[in-house]
Amino acid sequence: MSAPHRNAPRIVRDIAHARAGDKGNTSNVNVWTYDPADYGLLKKTLTPKHIKQAFPHLIRGEVTRYELPHLNGLNFVMQDALEGGVNRSLNLDSHGKSWSYLILGLPLDDEESG
Amino acid sequence: MSGAAFRIGTGAGFSADRLEPAVDLVEGGRLDAIVLECLGERTVAFAHRDRMADPKRGYNSLLERRMRALLPACRKTGTVMITNMGAANPRAAAERTLAIARELGFKGLKIACIEGDDVSTLVPKDQPFMDEPGTLADVDMPVVGMNAYLGADAIIPALDAGADVIIGGRLADPSMFLAPIAHRFGWDAGDMPRLGAGTLVGHLMECGMQVTGGYFADPGMKDVPDLAQCGFPIAEVAPDGSAVITKLAKTGGCVTPATVKEQLLYEVHDPARYLTPDVTADFSRVEVAATGADRVRVSNASGSARPETLKVTVGFDGGFQGEAGVSYAGPAAQQRGQLAADIVRERMTRLNGKADLRVDLIGASSLFATAGLRASDAQDVRLHVTLRSRDKEAAELMLWEVESLLCCGPAGGGGFRGAIVPCVLTKSVLIPRERIRPTLDVTSA
Repeated sequence: MSAPHRNAPRIVRDIAHARAGDKGNTSNVNVWTYDPADYGLLKKTLTPKHIKQAFPHLIRGEVTRYELPHLNGLNFVMQDALEGGVNRSLNLDSHGKSWSYLILGLPLDDEESG
Repeated sequence: MSGAAFRIGTGAGFSADRLEPAVDLVEGGRLDAIVLECLGERTVAFAHRDRMADPKRGYNSLLERRMRALLPACRKTGTVMITNMGAANPRAAAERTLAIARELGFKGLKIACIEGDDVSTLVPKDQPFMDEPGTLADVDMPVVGMNAYLGADAIIPALDAGADVIIGGRLADPSMFLAPIAHRFGWDAGDMPRLGAGTLVGHLMECGMQVTGGYFADPGMKDVPDLAQCGFPIAEVAPDGSAVITKLAKTGGCVTPATVKEQLLYEVHDPARYLTPDVTADFSRVEVAATGADRVRVSNASGSARPETLKVTVGFDGGFQGEAGVSYAGPAAQQRGQLAADIVRERMTRLNGKADLRVDLIGASSLFATAGLRASDAQDVRLHVTLRSRDKEAAELMLWEVESLLCCGPAGGGGFRGAIVPCVLTKSVLIPRERIRPTLDVTSA
């Protein structure tokens, strides 16, 4: 195993913070970079297609991304992504409150850091 | 801040929120108004079940404690209280509050009761769902209640009447903040940009500590000072609708652009179109700026015409949910827990089709199981089995099966716990707003 660069950002949590919410069977996760300089990297990493591909069994519907560039934020709205939602899901976290950390755990798409 | 600012605080952001920080806020916050937001869609449905069991209940179970603690502070400081603690029974909640006010000797305290959100007689069985195929008639479960989201226009008449305490049922969360702000500044009901700005304040405040450092801490990345003593938020609202979000200086927590931004889009889909009973709010160009320690200014929210329909939550009796678990630790704990999971699945097949069953291995794979994430050699795991059924006996059988693992399952299992709780199911429909007639009743102690 090659030694990683110390302090080099590896996952989304290293450059951004997030909060998840639910409406029915739709999850939304808002994500914000700490440093405006990382906003481009965040946008490159977190595309709707990439998020859906990362969790195909969980996120079954459409993923829409809204951008708030002046606040360095992205908002993801993921349809059919809560195992039926709080009414039907038997997941311990039936609201998908922890989905923010699914997103924050994704590896950064940073070609220079390889 | 100019003397013209309207000071509004949050004293609860959900049904089970803390109480003593609310008392601190009323006593020290120099507030004009405090809002206690205590309802979720499922909370209302559970409250309807309570009311069916006892017609004098069906309101927030903490109402009595909250009123006894907060009414004296509100009386002393002249703070108006607005709350949806009435849940499925605002009238009983108002009557209980009136009795407490009389007991405390608060003569003349005006208590307003807002009703009209219960629309169970107004929605036809063939009403289609808001966001999924089908109609109410397709749900094979008993309806427990139907409540429309009431807006600021249902609350403002109570403020006009000089009420000190305003109690309703399904008052929309941001509307409970918007109403006193719009009332103070005399905003026109058609001034959508301002209503959008007031709605932003409500949206940021409605979850209480979620804007003052609660639900935010991530050690090493987002450290929050003294989170155990977190304070509830205050909004200092200017006549143009911009506001400073802050908190009492002596409390824990923090108000930063980051805490405000996370709440800005909490449970929001399109930031340019956030629907409430009052306005289609536009948060897409909101500015967020720190103006001092624990002071963040928000501005530039806007809005356009309100929706012509109101959202109604329909609650159904959803039967029962059973949960049970056994733990395994030490070498090969994950393998032993997995064997226990396989045993439960095999033995529960006799219930096939009669119940929904899920088996998790906490410590190895539970919350993110469907997402496909799984540990490989966890040393401390808990088998967790969940079952939902119309039939209570199915849940009892599941608990029995899990408990039987103590002697009949893999080696070293311990710590069985099991419980069965009632369930609700909720669905949303839209109805024309003119069909809903909110009513107001004001009584003096």
